[in-house]
Amino acid sequence: MSAPLLEARGISKRFGGVQALRDVSLSIRAGEVYGLIGPNGAGKTSFFNVLTGLYSADQGEVRFDGQSLPLGVPHRIAGLGIARTFQNIRLFGAMSALENVMVGRHIRLHTGVLGAILRTPAARREEADTEARAHALLRYVGIDRLANQQATHLSYGDQRRLEIARALATEPRLLALDEPAAGMNATETAGLRALIEKLRGDGMTVLLIEHDVKLVMGLCDRVAVLDYGEKIAEDVPDVVRRDPRVIAAYLGREAADA
Amino acid sequence: MSADPKLKARLGIALIGVALAVLPFAVGATFGNSWVRIVDFALLYVMLALGLNIVVGFAGLLDLGYIAFYAVGAYLYALLSSPHLATAFPALFAVAPGWPVWAVLPLGALVAGLFGVMLGAPTLKLRGDYLAIVTLGFGEIIRIFLNNLNAPANITNGPQGINNIAAAQIGGHALNRPLELFGVMVPGVHLQYYFFLALTLLVVFVCVRLQDSRLGRAWVAIREDEVAARACGINTRNVKLLAFGLGATFGGVAGGLFAGFQGFVSPESFGLLESVMVLCMVVLGGMGHIPGVILGAVLLALLPEALRWGAVPVQQSLFGKVLIDPESLRLLLFGIALVVVMRWRPAGLWPSALRKRELAAHGEAA
Ligand SMILES: Nc1ncnc2c1ncn2[C@@H]1O[C@H](COP(=O)(O)OP(=O)(O)OP(=O)(O)O)[C@@H](O)[C@H]1O
Ligand SMILES: [Mg+2]
Repeated sequence: MSAPLLEARGISKRFGGVQALRDVSLSIRAGEVYGLIGPNGAGKTSFFNVLTGLYSADQGEVRFDGQSLPLGVPHRIAGLGIARTFQNIRLFGAMSALENVMVGRHIRLHTGVLGAILRTPAARREEADTEARAHALLRYVGIDRLANQQATHLSYGDQRRLEIARALATEPRLLALDEPAAGMNATETAGLRALIEKLRGDGMTVLLIEHDVKLVMGLCDRVAVLDYGEKIAEDVPDVVRRDPRVIAAYLGREAADA
Repeated sequence: MSADPKLKARLGIALIGVALAVLPFAVGATFGNSWVRIVDFALLYVMLALGLNIVVGFAGLLDLGYIAFYAVGAYLYALLSSPHLATAFPALFAVAPGWPVWAVLPLGALVAGLFGVMLGAPTLKLRGDYLAIVTLGFGEIIRIFLNNLNAPANITNGPQGINNIAAAQIGGHALNRPLELFGVMVPGVHLQYYFFLALTLLVVFVCVRLQDSRLGRAWVAIREDEVAARACGINTRNVKLLAFGLGATFGGVAGGLFAGFQGFVSPESFGLLESVMVLCMVVLGGMGHIPGVILGAVLLALLPEALRWGAVPVQQSLFGKVLIDPESLRLLLFGIALVVVMRWRPAGLWPSALRKRELAAHGEAA
């Protein structure tokens, strides 16, 4: 078994009286689609926020590809190769779809103030390359025809796709998706599933929070379950599905029988 | 009939170029040279508004103390191009410093830029109202310093201000003196106009280039959603400091030009109302949209002068007497304009294309 790409050890996070995360440890292998499920308020999004640096952890550390992540410093974590989407879509509303993806390239670009003002050959090349790559990513998620539309004018499902394209623009090795299917209809969900399959096929490691149990169980290689900030299970879907604690806390009887 | 768009654009630029070149002569001949002076001031405001636009319009950071950087540039120029220091500190300055303009302006830009970063650093975590209050305080602190730094050592000459500031010299010719060119006498205000215009065009150029770059996109991203910007890998601290610093730089240059133009600076030119005025230029014109901001600056710079010029005769002929003095009328109209624009054109008089599309779409939906 190869060393895990990401290994969280003993992560705890408290908000006032709420223990959002309690000693959570989990490890994600390169190339797998890893599901994170649990009831509302279980701490799934909080885990994402710690992982991507938006929150610092009270305790614990995350190792990513052999090094310790600088928790609390999101731009450095993005630079190390973790990108995310948000549960409540957070696009740059006044920008076009294309520009949103171009912003995602920021950390991989080098043009500074002088380069931008003088538009040096290097800056010009970088800008052209950024635009070409942004178009390619929009094509990859299937919305290149909307490149010049303002982000807020896209349909809900397309906004979710745009967020994925923007995250991919940072050249991540781990893509963390926070409830990407929330609010999608059946067709859109099927499209999303195909997109995640395509990502897996292209070697991307995906961490997926999702309430759509069928989607998670059908798609993920392994699944972890959070409840009241604690990890109560971590295994392949078939085992997690039958775990009595998971059934009691989250799935209920029918899901286990399904 | 549709002409080649590139050709059309070139033609447009050429026409604007010609109009800008003959403007002082046309204005001088029609309204008199005091109006050329007003146009000169409008150019200074364009520079200020474009500088503030980087902070407020692009990066979305509400700054109510922007005029402080104008003050820094103006006082730096005043100290380095007037006899004040030599009079106040004869032991230190045997002769009055007379720095050439090509050295003073970049220095003013640099120092103002440093002040911008200084203001930015402690406010990085603040947003909206809190940021506005802190920057407002900063602007006032600078003004109060200028007012009181005449004791124990007389650096700024306090409320009296500094006078006898030398006009900018180019090629050995002071710009406040007329110059004979090809047998035509070109007045000083016209020369200042061309000098200001050149620098304004430079500022516009820099703004356009920055806007269409990785940095311009990062500013707008922070304005639109700071959390998402951070998650996208933008170092928001550095990018915000850059906005504060670069915005302040333009203020510093405009301040230097102002000092050389007036020949006199005093703290009362740099009050809160001036900061608010520049902010209104940005907001009324179209936040974050360079042509809109230029339009806002020109309109608001000309409005009070047009009122001063027209209000008295119009009221005389209508009512036989002056009911409202031009100064009160200015504030009144200004307030009305602000309310009207915010109600019917919330994105400004000339918003950027994307925002306009957004407004249009809302209109259709309604
Ligand atoms: N910034 C915050 N400040 C205070 N409390 C927070 C904060 N973020 C999360 N919490 C609390 O932490 C707990 C876990 O929330 P979290 O958003 O991580 O849950 P979740 O598993 O993502 O739930 P959902 O499925 O509803 O998205 C909740 O009780 C929530 O109220
Ligand atoms: Mg959540």
